[in-house]
Amino acid sequence: MIRELHNKLINKEISAKELAEQYLDKIKESDLNAFITTTQEDALADAQNVDSQIAQGHELPILAGIPASIKDVIQTAGVRTTAGSKILDNYIAPYNATLVQRLKDAGLVLLGKNNCDEFAMGGSNENSAYGPVKNPHNKECVPGGSSGGSAASVADGLVVYSIGTDTGGSVRQPAALCGIVGFKPTYGAISRYGLIAMASSLDQAGILAKSVEDVKIVFDAIKGRDKMDSTSLNIPDSKFQIPDSNLKGIKIGVPKEYFIKGIDPEIESAVKDTIKQAEEAGAKIVEVSLPHTKYALAVYYIIMPAEVSANLARYDGIRYGQSEPAKNLFKTYTQTRAQHLGDEVKRRIMLGTYTLSAGYYDAYYKKAQQVRTLIKQDFEKVFKEADLLITPTTPNPAWKIGEKIDDPLTMYLEDIFTVPVNVASLPAMSIPAGKTKNGLPIGAQLIGPWNSEENLFTVGEILEKEINF
Amino acid sequence: MLSKSDVEHIAKLARLELSSEDKEKYQAQLDKVLDYVDQLKEVKTNGVATADGGTRDLHNIWRHDNNQGTINNKQGKELVNMAPDKENQQIKVKSVF
Repeated sequence: MIRELHNKLINKEISAKELAEQYLDKIKESDLNAFITTTQEDALADAQNVDSQIAQGHELPILAGIPASIKDVIQTAGVRTTAGSKILDNYIAPYNATLVQRLKDAGLVLLGKNNCDEFAMGGSNENSAYGPVKNPHNKECVPGGSSGGSAASVADGLVVYSIGTDTGGSVRQPAALCGIVGFKPTYGAISRYGLIAMASSLDQAGILAKSVEDVKIVFDAIKGRDKMDSTSLNIPDSKFQIPDSNLKGIKIGVPKEYFIKGIDPEIESAVKDTIKQAEEAGAKIVEVSLPHTKYALAVYYIIMPAEVSANLARYDGIRYGQSEPAKNLFKTYTQTRAQHLGDEVKRRIMLGTYTLSAGYYDAYYKKAQQVRTLIKQDFEKVFKEADLLITPTTPNPAWKIGEKIDDPLTMYLEDIFTVPVNVASLPAMSIPAGKTKNGLPIGAQLIGPWNSEENLFTVGEILEKEINF
Repeated sequence: MLSKSDVEHIAKLARLELSSEDKEKYQAQLDKVLDYVDQLKEVKTNGVATADGGTRDLHNIWRHDNNQGTINNKQGKELVNMAPDKENQQIKVKSVF
């Protein structure tokens, strides 16, 4: 879609301003609550700037003038950035995240900041302080989360692509529930500078779009080493040769631990169909085992809240955001945080504070980091037998808004297939794999070894043609 | 099992003021999650190294601790302007002790 629009722009079939206006009109008419802030004036000014470059005959970057949105946990200079939280309701980002700056250098036309779960904590977008987002396939259902606004706006054609973040599945899970492509690269492939931190050893920016090619184009514009993020790295080019656009010679692993009791039968059969299509396209299918994968969610719910409790200590009512004046400093902290942080955020801060507190560190955090090593080793072994893995992205399709909100653990279990990837720092992508009888989208997840994003794109594009999504 | 006083102690460490309803709710919910993560006890981890974050194959890069020029004066002013309470380009804080 990006390439098509780019060609229309350079052939002057449409102007960037007209394109921006078309999409802004759709956003105005939309009732999905997918945006916290829209940036119409800036968008039109940026689009006009692209138009004048075209008029002057400059060579145009492929992303120039393409209407996009960014999840509201990513800093955009001069634009309100709330992270979906009341505590940052009045916060104007003073600088751009590196990925935003790279997109701006490529001619970004930003239409707005997407709604999301507060500080990216949630799998349904119901934890946003700005109200839930609706799933465009069924407005009574959640779009998934935490990048729910991003997924809903791409799926409903309000933007061409959106940048989200994925700490335990927050790009891939909403992409699956909204029927689009959601990609999380290897940890470090996209700079985290300017991402509002949730769990720093797991956080990674990701891309939501309607096709694998669109995801790849955006990834190429934002990836790579950044001196502002010491954990960022350059992704090497692919060494993986796929001749004649088929999957001959490719070994695809199917981990048996991902087809467990409790998974929705329609999802199981749709993902098995995807595996069959891969086989018909020439791939060799091998059953593999990741024995420690069943512990990944428990590891995640120790490491993530621990890092959350440290990262969110900064919201103290002193330096930025909302503040509740109180009689002393301690009360300023406790009352500011009590009044302006949401339920799920407090729950995770409490959990992390407990597991890191004196006497519990070895039993929880240290133990979790050891099991994390075992999970990584499982993947290392499996990638000697298979080039990549196919699994379901989620155990269930989108559920009704409100259905799981009172039971945090049930909600956490929805992340069971996406979390191991973050725990092991791997790249993965959710692609559409059909729909349920009730018309709700299903996602299949491709997981590759570290730094294998090019292979994921290649295989993803071939499957895309086979499945015809 | 977490006791009510455990919950109060955690809330104090986390700098969160909780209502008595909140305390009861969190006590039950945190118990449920802690019960779930307890399954890690069945994994043998003797002699297993701890993972040290998300990175692989990275090493320390040292530099002199000097101004890298990443935040300019204008941005510096904007940062201070974000503070709820300020005076003469300085952030005001209640006394710590």
